[in-house]
Amino acid sequence: MIPRHLPPMEARHEYLLHLADNALVLGHRNSEWCGHGPELEQDIALTNLSLDLLGQARLLYQHAANGIGEGATEDTLAFLRDASDYRNLILLELPRGDWGLTILRQYLFSEFSLLQYQALQGSTDTQLAAIAAKAIPEVTYHRRWARDWVVRLGDGTEESHTRMESALATLQPHLGELFSPADFERTVTERGIGIDPSTLRSEWTLRVRQTLDEADLAVDLSSLATPSNHTGMDGKLGRHTEDLVRLLAEMQTLQRTYPGNEW
Amino acid sequence: MAFQIRRLLYGDIPGGETGGGPANPQPAPDSSEWPLWEVFIRSRQGLDHKHVGSLHAADARMAVENARDVYTRRMEGVSIWVVESRHIHASQPEEAGPFYDPAADKAYRHPTFYDLPKEIDHM
Repeated sequence: MIPRHLPPMEARHEYLLHLADNALVLGHRNSEWCGHGPELEQDIALTNLSLDLLGQARLLYQHAANGIGEGATEDTLAFLRDASDYRNLILLELPRGDWGLTILRQYLFSEFSLLQYQALQGSTDTQLAAIAAKAIPEVTYHRRWARDWVVRLGDGTEESHTRMESALATLQPHLGELFSPADFERTVTERGIGIDPSTLRSEWTLRVRQTLDEADLAVDLSSLATPSNHTGMDGKLGRHTEDLVRLLAEMQTLQRTYPGNEW
Repeated sequence: MAFQIRRLLYGDIPGGETGGGPANPQPAPDSSEWPLWEVFIRSRQGLDHKHVGSLHAADARMAVENARDVYTRRMEGVSIWVVESRHIHASQPEEAGPFYDPAADKAYRHPTFYDLPKEIDHM
């Protein structure tokens, strides 16, 4: 029998999977640019960044697998769970769009991820704290790189500005989910393992607003829709878009077709 | 008129963050193509920056980031210089004779008559 690791599971494991799924899904989306970047140098830059995210996901999956037991490995967690088992943010599974949307999403998530990892350095789960400490220099660079591009494109030509405005309009409805704690997040916060994402919101808003001002992009960050009242989707509860189903179908096809295959 | 005098130490880039040319570079002849930059990497503290290749970038900051992503992925460096290729002036191949041949038969210019202690590296 294939271990599926379906919920209900311990809040700590669900939290680790949430963090890992975020990194894996965004890393996979960005990796779709490999060989298709607008410039050779940017193609390499985004592929490097994707591999950083994949590396973070692996460490988190390995840590989760150790806790879950029952034959779970990083591979079964990544390749044998269905979309409804995934706990990633909807924001990260949306199609890559154009270069502007990919960059803007990366920037918005990097600002969040940096604050999150910084807080997780103090986790009572020492392995999670170590993973966070290792990820911080990577995410710091992702943030810097993506921020430069957001400003460059937002404050660039008429076309690049229009495209960034349109990307912002596409992503804005999905920003509220970043800061709406799921039940498992409340539980791990009480136990000192995780952090309540709503506590990161004011600092995130401050930083993002500064960047968007520099990029000449206007957006309302004061009233963000929560997942349930706006879209009916909630990534942390496994209620995903069809885009994730298609992403996983492509990503998992080899392991599902040839279970246990190695090369 | 105010002149700013800055003491440059070994390894400093003249012009600080705007390294890679004058403060107001002329626009590239074809603005659809980013200018070419030469990349120099210092692999360890104490060693010289070495030319490793070139890349395209719209400005100096992007050039440094591109160099980081293209040339330091495997821990090759601890410091990066970039300079726009158009600022490099080279000797001409047709002048190679008068430039380099006269050095060929002057063995006395080589410090081969000294014994260096083994501990001295990178000479």
